[in-house]
Amino acid sequence: MVELGNFSPEERAAQEERLRKVWKTPGGWRYWTSVNNSEIGLWYGVTAFVFMLFAGALGLLMRAQLATPNNNLISAELYNQAFTLHGTVMMFLFAVPIFEAVAIFLLPSMLGARELPFPRLSAFGFWSFLLGGIFVCGSIFFNAAPNAGWFMYPPLATDKEYAGIGADIWLLGLSFIEVASIAAAVEIIVGIMKCRAPGMRINMMPMFAWYLLIVAGMILFAFPPLIAGDILFEMERMFDWPFFDVSRGGDPLLWQHLFWIFGHPEVYIIFLPAIALMAMIVPTFSQRPIVGYSWIVLAAVGTGFLSFGLWVHHMFTTGLPQISLAFFSAASEAVAIPTGVQIFVFVATMLAGRVIFSVPMLFGAGGLAIFTIGGLTGVMVALAPFDWQAHDTYFIVAHLHYVLIGGMFFPIVAGIYYYFPFVTGKKLSDAWGKVAFWLMFVGFNIAFFPMHFSGLRGMPRRVFTYPEEFGWDLFNLVSTIGAFIFAAGVLTFVIDIFRPKPEPETRNLNPWNAGTLEWTNDPSEDWGMRSVPIITSRYPLWEQENLQADIEAGRYYLPDAKSGKRETLVTSVLDAEPIQCLRVGGVSYVPMISAMALGGVFIALTFHWWIPTIICAVITFIAIIWWLWTGTAQIPEAEEVDVGLGQKLPAYVSGPASVGWWAMFITMVGDGTAFASLIFGYFFYWTVHDDFTAGSAGPGAFWPMVALVLFVIAWLLTIAARALNEKGPAGCRIALVAGIIVTIAACLAGLAGPYLQGMDPTSNVYPATVWVIAIWTVVHGAVGVVMLAYCLARSFAGCMTAEHDQDIRNVTLYWHFMAFTAVVTFAVLGLFPMVST
Amino acid sequence: MKSFIPREVESLWTLFTAPTVWAMHFIGCYAAVAVYCAKAATLDISFDTVRLALGGFTIIALAVIVLSAYLAWRQWGFGSGDPPHDEPTRKDRALFQGFATLLLSGLSFVAVVYAAIPLIFIAECQR
Repeated sequence: MVELGNFSPEERAAQEERLRKVWKTPGGWRYWTSVNNSEIGLWYGVTAFVFMLFAGALGLLMRAQLATPNNNLISAELYNQAFTLHGTVMMFLFAVPIFEAVAIFLLPSMLGARELPFPRLSAFGFWSFLLGGIFVCGSIFFNAAPNAGWFMYPPLATDKEYAGIGADIWLLGLSFIEVASIAAAVEIIVGIMKCRAPGMRINMMPMFAWYLLIVAGMILFAFPPLIAGDILFEMERMFDWPFFDVSRGGDPLLWQHLFWIFGHPEVYIIFLPAIALMAMIVPTFSQRPIVGYSWIVLAAVGTGFLSFGLWVHHMFTTGLPQISLAFFSAASEAVAIPTGVQIFVFVATMLAGRVIFSVPMLFGAGGLAIFTIGGLTGVMVALAPFDWQAHDTYFIVAHLHYVLIGGMFFPIVAGIYYYFPFVTGKKLSDAWGKVAFWLMFVGFNIAFFPMHFSGLRGMPRRVFTYPEEFGWDLFNLVSTIGAFIFAAGVLTFVIDIFRPKPEPETRNLNPWNAGTLEWTNDPSEDWGMRSVPIITSRYPLWEQENLQADIEAGRYYLPDAKSGKRETLVTSVLDAEPIQCLRVGGVSYVPMISAMALGGVFIALTFHWWIPTIICAVITFIAIIWWLWTGTAQIPEAEEVDVGLGQKLPAYVSGPASVGWWAMFITMVGDGTAFASLIFGYFFYWTVHDDFTAGSAGPGAFWPMVALVLFVIAWLLTIAARALNEKGPAGCRIALVAGIIVTIAACLAGLAGPYLQGMDPTSNVYPATVWVIAIWTVVHGAVGVVMLAYCLARSFAGCMTAEHDQDIRNVTLYWHFMAFTAVVTFAVLGLFPMVST
Repeated sequence: MKSFIPREVESLWTLFTAPTVWAMHFIGCYAAVAVYCAKAATLDISFDTVRLALGGFTIIALAVIVLSAYLAWRQWGFGSGDPPHDEPTRKDRALFQGFATLLLSGLSFVAVVYAAIPLIFIAECQR
């Protein structure tokens, strides 16, 4: 047992002064340069919530239009824009970002960390999200919003006559936001794996962290296929490359595959974090530990995996072979098992404890009831024959709203009620909360239950009006009334949030008597944990005596900030043993500038303003290099840092022990998934055509093989540079220069095949596919060149030495993925046409 | 005699073994019938052969899952201790991992069986 620190009141005051100074949030307009997780999390959450209200207002507009038959409140075109934006905003600008917001806000406190490992990355993600979100939402005020449905099916959405600039706004705006989501995934995975308090072994992790770990992993595999799809789609819209144009060999079904490989896991990506909130709330209000901790892990991991085997159930009516449909139908039924397990775990926990029916529990339980109904209709539509009847009707609209509002929105509201005191130190009103709940619960059911019947009576989705004689009028009128009751509930809730509240009479950091670590934090301080505790229980506040007092007295790790830098602990993955004192980035303009410049690239591209695109791209590039140079792999003033409790830890580690290495690994897994999606596209076109080359010559085998060999040599040179760096800079620098030259040659050779064969990407889908895959790899080669040059510059600047080799180690990791990408690309492009004929 | 059963490994990744096998099996089945049904005209293979091959593939997948379950059972001390495994010790952490992995192996087994059922009942590439 470690002996805890003991400080006199004067020492403690001095420590607190130093900590306050280091973690201080700047005032005035510089407030917006803050990167602290509590600010970023709050901004993120508020922004997402505002987008939700906007999308909700669009929903009300639609309901008002549908209230009576032959209504002409809004035009068909505005209606199309409204439902497209309603779905898009709810999914991309509310459901996913709100969970990122909650995660960024809560995770450090829950895990006992001062901060997540990459605070500036979180800030970058937020600014990207804000800019992209305003861009997408703002379009409707210029009558330029996307209007082809939230899933943007071609050929409707590739038709420039029908879907004007709106489709480009959707594609580019959302691609930009997907970048933010992947940034959040990196942050969350590394944070959960490496930044837990000492002693918080994986069997001690809060349930929330388990869920978030799985969800962030899912993002890595779900979002990249959509990014790949977006690239193909935008190439078609911008340069007429015919990926989805049947007359030139394309196929709109590929978009549906890529969209739903993203789209179905997405449903679980937004559902699991909401359930994660429930997994924190239910034990607190049952006043006992959760029943079946391991079963929750089963449910989270199981759902995470199985949710990737469901995407074709959105495509049951597209004419795929029946046996393919059956595989997806089977997986869709199987996913009900882990989903059911988590609901039973909650029920069991409530039965085993004494339930306090507070407002968060009301919303949680109400949400679960609604979700269960949606789950049951989900089992119905997972059966292909039933789906053929119900597809594209209001039955589906009812199903998806029951699932999403019950499974996501109600738990989020429960979470806001629950965590409001954690954020502000004050509780929301119980009385207002109950009114809000009953308005929302009753209103929701009145609005959406009748849609099952209008759907079964054949009312299709996305129609802006309907004739009188079909017998849909009553259902629609009732739905509209319900929608407005529901909205009144939401409004009550919003008023409760913003209504002035009296200061609490006594300071109570843990008003619900919860057992998890986050409730030790004082919202009036910026430092998060006053000192980082040693954890020996799943519910430390219930089971570890004096924890709160010891944390506040600075008796644990990192009670001080003598270095004047923001520090947090890095611990081992399984047993959370302290291994590093990590210095994280502080207040900075650079995330905001990078995000704004990158946003500029996407926005300028939408309008085909090529010069501003290039200018913004150059600014982005410079900002990111500046960010890396000044903020990462900094050589510390001393090798070891005193972290308290008589322990010293290194301030600089490299390779798999470092958080940067993991960030690179995780990013490249996502990148690899996007690449795999493009390769999937290549083989997809091969299956749909008898001769997928359409008689074209293809890139030949020679140049692709040259490129392959050169990329492999460049990869070996990178590995050599890493090894030589350990002996001194000279050999490493030579290997880096050689690597740069060989990579440039490899990139040129990669383009030579399709270029010298005169492959015209607008003529047919085959040359377009070859070009897009070759360009993908060459762009990665160019990034590889930049990385090698960066290492060279760091070496000359004395920032990268034999002992301090994070840069070259992370770059080598990139090159492992690069080599894999290149080998697959050029083997497929060069050799497959020969094999297949 | 050298054991065929791998030594115990200390890693978070073992948790994901069985679901990964499910994923491989699922993708394998989907890709095999998708390619077969698209290219049946040019291939000299009957649909029954595809079904049989995928049946064999299913058995292999189930066998790997059973092996993963066995290893998990061993990590769980062959069921010697009951959950919740919430002691702050390395041992309880390992028992928790074993139990969670065992549960996931069970789920993955069922999910693989689910995915194989269509192979029994569907006899052609009907569209």
